[in-house]
Amino acid sequence: MAKVLVVTSGKGGVGKTTSTAAIGAALAQNGQKVAVVDFDVGLRNLDLVLGAERRVVFDLINVVQGVAKLPQALIRDKRLENLWLLPASQTRDKDALTEEGVARVIGELKEKFDFVLCDSPAGIERGATMAMRHADIAIVVTNPEVSSVRDSDRMIGLLDAKTVRAEKGERVEKHLLLTRFDLSRAARGEMLNVQDVLEILSTPLVGIIPESEEVLRAANLGVPITIGTPASAPARAYHDAARRLLGESIEMTIPSERKGLLGKLFPKRAA
Amino acid sequence: MSLFNMWGRRSSAPVARERLQILLAHERALIGQTDLVAVLREEILAVICRHVPVEDDKVRVTMSRGETVSTLEIDIEVPTALARPAA
Repeated sequence: MAKVLVVTSGKGGVGKTTSTAAIGAALAQNGQKVAVVDFDVGLRNLDLVLGAERRVVFDLINVVQGVAKLPQALIRDKRLENLWLLPASQTRDKDALTEEGVARVIGELKEKFDFVLCDSPAGIERGATMAMRHADIAIVVTNPEVSSVRDSDRMIGLLDAKTVRAEKGERVEKHLLLTRFDLSRAARGEMLNVQDVLEILSTPLVGIIPESEEVLRAANLGVPITIGTPASAPARAYHDAARRLLGESIEMTIPSERKGLLGKLFPKRAA
Repeated sequence: MSLFNMWGRRSSAPVARERLQILLAHERALIGQTDLVAVLREEILAVICRHVPVEDDKVRVTMSRGETVSTLEIDIEVPTALARPAA
């Protein structure tokens, strides 16, 4: 049975799109057939992060409105044959996302894929509510920072109220993904630590992604970090998160960069 | 943390945690409350209307949460003729 995941946060810039691409690719590497869907109509970026920006012909809105069929709009990843992208429209706005149209598209995707990952736009308006509407599982992306934690709390409330599952009296399975985590700053008391965030949001953790320059590098290159540099600390953290979503029980660790003496003496040149 | 304390700089994360805990406790209560108050208002109005003709905008329901006690305030304006029935 296909599972619909929403990657959401409320606040912008915390890593929703990066995480959607990284986890989508990691799930596909685990043999799952995955569709990543960009709900940020008007401000699409998932295509760029996946390196597929020049291959977009039709988009989500075209399919919602029946202008194009779903297979015409889906873009297959060039590196992973199990990974597909349904891009957002760049020229329309979020009002074009109709309730019935989105329900139909999600229904069709569920027939073809094992996982449908919906990349939510920031905010709590139509794009965000439509992205979470059909979710079975939610990944709430949070930075260890006050405004992000507050917004995540609001999103958790919305997931319990405004989803199809909530309206049927069922629960959306919610997971916290802590991103841009800096272990040394948290240890010095300069940054909320993992326990603080977990206590405040009382939502189980699916992964801790360490702050790393590799994340920007992956976006620059248009290669999800879990494909491009699978041995890097954030990629290992995303791979662990994906395996937890698949039901594996993996000890929660915060991966760190493996730097040898040489690496410390001669920091990496910019890519 | 100890190093920072030695330099007289207080670590900021505990402050962030405390501020968030207080703020979110308040916001969660507020969000839960909006629906409850609306429902209460509708039902109270329906009950009163069965016995006394009151207008929709003459019923005010407010809820305030204190640290130990919460109060529910119901303010209903009843027409004078009914409030003071002729002897």
